[in-house]
Amino acid sequence: MTFLMAFLIGGALCMIAQIVMDLTRLTPAHILVGGVVMGVILGGIGIYEPFAKFAGAGATIPLPGFGYSMVAGIIKEIPKEGWVSVFSGAFKATGAGIKAALIFGVLAAFFVRARA
Amino acid sequence: MEKKEYQKRARQVEPPRPVARNAFWAFLIGGAICLVGQGVQTALQGVGYSEETVKAPTAVIMVFLGALFTATGLYDRLTVLGGMGASLPITGFSNAVVAPAIEFRNEGAVMGTGARIFQVAGPVIAYGLFAAFIVGIVRFALRGVLS
Repeated sequence: MTFLMAFLIGGALCMIAQIVMDLTRLTPAHILVGGVVMGVILGGIGIYEPFAKFAGAGATIPLPGFGYSMVAGIIKEIPKEGWVSVFSGAFKATGAGIKAALIFGVLAAFFVRARA
Repeated sequence: MEKKEYQKRARQVEPPRPVARNAFWAFLIGGAICLVGQGVQTALQGVGYSEETVKAPTAVIMVFLGALFTATGLYDRLTVLGGMGASLPITGFSNAVVAPAIEFRNEGAVMGTGARIFQVAGPVIAYGLFAAFIVGIVRFALRGVLS
């Protein structure tokens, strides 16, 4: 069941993004920025958390889930760290993914030759 | 010519996009990637990660897979077919970082790889963090009201 939901919901989010891109003719980068901001807003008003509980990786793997993680990281730290969490919380929650991408990027640039 | 008018005319000469077909492939490929992500997450939970601690290692493994497929040139094909189905998942974020890092290495390690590595990831992180900052301030102000 978890796997079916991950496939269906994850696929649906990507399909919506694709349709919006085709109809508005925005660039992929604009759609990705819109997706992450959407996740931040839905996370902030408390909709994304129950959605993620129900859709699993279908909600957390697409980029809106990345935005949700940023906001969830801030909200989680507020009771402990106070206002500083508004600055530090988002990175704590998403830092692993961002750092992994940068490290693999630098490594790949070192070892892989660009294709013509 | 005004920018608006140029865009209008460009739209008229551009061939119409196969919206339904693109949507189908985006759904299939995006769904498949999320299915893999769920597999990774479930496997990690099987070896003792909790629902809370499983997020970061899942992200790292998915980013690694995205980087691997990018380095071998397979992710490009996935993007051509799947569009947002390949770009919206976190593996696509990985692709957006790794692909320019490789492509611009001949412009130097610093101004090529180093600068271009953030070409797409930069806007995503900048505006994501900015939006999270605004939302965070609101949630901080309402910390007594909302839990």
